[in-house]
Amino acid sequence: MNKLTSRIDKERLLLGIAAPLLAIVAALLVTALVILATGKSPGAAFSDMVTYGFASDSQVYILNKATTYYLAGVAVAIGFRMNLFNIGVDGQYRLAAFVAAVLGGALTVPGWLAIPLIILAAMVTGALWAAIAGILKVTRGVSEVIATIMLNSIATAIIGYLLQPSQLGQLDKAGTLVSTKPLPESSWFFQIDTGPAGVLWGFIVVAVIVGIGYWFVLGRTRFGFDLRTVGQSETAAAASGVGVKKMIATSMIISGAVAGLIGMPTLLNDSHQFSNDFPAGIGFTGIAIALLGRNNPVGIALGALLWGFLERTTNHLEFQGYDKEILGVIQGVIVLCVVIAYEVVRRYGLKRQQQRVGAELAARAAAPTEMQEVA
Amino acid sequence: MANRDIDITVRAGTVHALCGENGAGKSTLMKILYGMQQPDEGTITIHGEQVVFSTPGDAIARGIGMVHQHFMLADNLTVLENVVLGAEKLHGIGGKARKRIREISDAYGLGVRPDVLVEQLGVADRQRVEILKVLYRGAKTLILDEPTAVLVPQEVDALFDNLRELKAEGLTVIFISHKLGEVLSVADEITVIRRGTTVGTAEPSTTTPKQLAELMVGSELPTPETEESTVTDIALLEVDGLHLAQTDLDGIERVILDEISFTIHKGEVLGIAGVEGNGQSELVEAIMGMRDPDAGTVTLDGADVSHVPTRRRREAGIGYIPEDRHRHGLLLEAPLWENRILGHVTERPNSRRGLLDPKAARTDTERIVADYDVRTPGIDVTAASLSGGNQQKLIVGREMSHSPKLLIAAHPTRGVDVGAQAAIWDYIRAARRDGLAVLLISADLDELIGLSDTLRVMYRGRLVADADPRTITPEELGSAMTGAASGHLEHTEDDAR
Repeated sequence: MNKLTSRIDKERLLLGIAAPLLAIVAALLVTALVILATGKSPGAAFSDMVTYGFASDSQVYILNKATTYYLAGVAVAIGFRMNLFNIGVDGQYRLAAFVAAVLGGALTVPGWLAIPLIILAAMVTGALWAAIAGILKVTRGVSEVIATIMLNSIATAIIGYLLQPSQLGQLDKAGTLVSTKPLPESSWFFQIDTGPAGVLWGFIVVAVIVGIGYWFVLGRTRFGFDLRTVGQSETAAAASGVGVKKMIATSMIISGAVAGLIGMPTLLNDSHQFSNDFPAGIGFTGIAIALLGRNNPVGIALGALLWGFLERTTNHLEFQGYDKEILGVIQGVIVLCVVIAYEVVRRYGLKRQQQRVGAELAARAAAPTEMQEVA
Repeated sequence: MANRDIDITVRAGTVHALCGENGAGKSTLMKILYGMQQPDEGTITIHGEQVVFSTPGDAIARGIGMVHQHFMLADNLTVLENVVLGAEKLHGIGGKARKRIREISDAYGLGVRPDVLVEQLGVADRQRVEILKVLYRGAKTLILDEPTAVLVPQEVDALFDNLRELKAEGLTVIFISHKLGEVLSVADEITVIRRGTTVGTAEPSTTTPKQLAELMVGSELPTPETEESTVTDIALLEVDGLHLAQTDLDGIERVILDEISFTIHKGEVLGIAGVEGNGQSELVEAIMGMRDPDAGTVTLDGADVSHVPTRRRREAGIGYIPEDRHRHGLLLEAPLWENRILGHVTERPNSRRGLLDPKAARTDTERIVADYDVRTPGIDVTAASLSGGNQQKLIVGREMSHSPKLLIAAHPTRGVDVGAQAAIWDYIRAARRDGLAVLLISADLDELIGLSDTLRVMYRGRLVADADPRTITPEELGSAMTGAASGHLEHTEDDAR
């Protein structure tokens, strides 16, 4: 019995890895074809990506990027586990980063107090912004997809309005960049100087803590079990005693709170202010990464690293005379393949397990079956 | 579940019954015969000609039609539209089709009216539409998958008359069921399947239901007789004046539960009979806290729980065997041990102080699997990979493991094989001896009569009749279920056949 269960488990693990691997291989193939079509050599491009991507300065760059992407992936994954599509992560983190930057610029308290306050402000902002969609969904039945997409636009408009020199923004000396008042140096997050390779953002520690928290809450607590139950079957969840509506609203709020963290590595470790060139669109990157990582905390980390790697290396390819659109092609194809591969592998796995269980039971019962005749 | 070494010969112009436990492989066999699944080996021969079906279309072309257990009709279309849907090429969609439908309906005594909306039809009429749909497509062989599961006895008799009519016209019927009495009354030949293979054939005229059932499970089996009464006078569940109304899409208010009042005592099984859709599901959901009643009270063991959330009610000792286990009782894609936690996540051994205790939950799942004879290779397989009967045994085991005070059992043995059925009855009976109160809702009238201490009949949201299970017959209950009788049902000798 034990042997069998371990075998089924191993197979599940194998199937779990098969899908993203399949997707990445397919994406590489397609990319190779695209590069070939532009008349260049894919082999040279790939080898350049590998050598450049594993250089030590690239590694630090990738880790820093992945910190942001990881938080985005987790924020989206929390929704996914609930069958909620939080497209609004993008607006939630931008608004959260803006509010946090304004607060951080205005605070005059010591860093040990200011940094937690800034992070808290970001999480609360993200949570409240997401809560609008959550509450609309449970009270009025508004699809969270529609609500969050619209909230993204509203967030953009609000930030645009408030980030004017006459409001909360200020024009830099060159007169080209509008930003919030910069954070005092005491409010910067710690960072690790790795010498010539660059500076590693200290916020990676927070990202790791978030990952562990995500795993623990979902996998090891009653609350997490309730959340997963709702995600798998709302009807079964209701019958089992989970307040489905409350759960939907709660998980939307948690997703938003984590989304609030996305802008923090950039704000606290890098830019120290919110300007009109603050990175945008990371919420959508998070969707791709959560899909790639199968909502699994380790998987999301791998996905985030891969995304960082692709960005770093394709940037470099541009200098080697390749087209910069290759990045988009690879990323797009990966996401597309991932979605297809997961569904195929999932169906195959379910069917295979059913057959295995059937075969196993039939084999066990095979001994006492001889034909009987009544009357 | 795999099939192997299936040997079945169906002669033209007969009703051939196929019986077997759930998970025995009936459905797989039917899927193969209907072209939904391909066999790894073996052959199918029709009129001496070997055939290969790769899609249901091939099967239909060969004159094989299937009437599924769950009807596949569009409610907002008329009978005519439903029948011609997908078969527009045969006789068009207008007058010619209508004429053809009338012809078929008259030829086989189906009594189908082509221009009625399907939503206005009852279950039995819908079934006849399904049969007509298949005949319209030129089927000479009909496969009926558990056709009687949703019918009351009178409707079953009518269906059987239809089947005899079809047979008389030279058609062949393959009839899947595990209600043995019915099989014996309508079939000309019976094939029994057990664990994926044909284990024997039986001649209805010389076989008793008991012999047939033993052939199905491969061993002797008990009946749902209750022993001496264990009813106490301590009221455990009191439902008083429960009222529930719902406004449908057209803005019309529909009363679903109307002044429902009853009391279940410790050690008592209260059975509720009724055709499905008369408010039984809603009653269960109101008692479980999944629906909030508009008026009335639910008192559990002295405490008013009328508006208490479901989880608190479960913690207070309500066990729940839901009517639709896939929708309400299981997480199909989760492993068995997570399904063991479902519904009892706040209770030991599943969790301690807010944290899950997977190790204890897994150990306890192993225990349930062993004690309740859940046939599975392990507790890490998904619930979806178990057969229906084994899924149900897991649910029963789970609900019984938290020593409930009240068990709500909605169709506890539906779609469950005879062996598991007997086991589930035994669990309910044993718990009842220990003072469990049971609310039993079932479409299986033998089960209701056999297990219950008290019987009530539900019709259009009201409890219209009550009966003594010791004397009442299924036929008498059946007439009350269609609204033909109310009040206290007395068994009269004239009624008994």
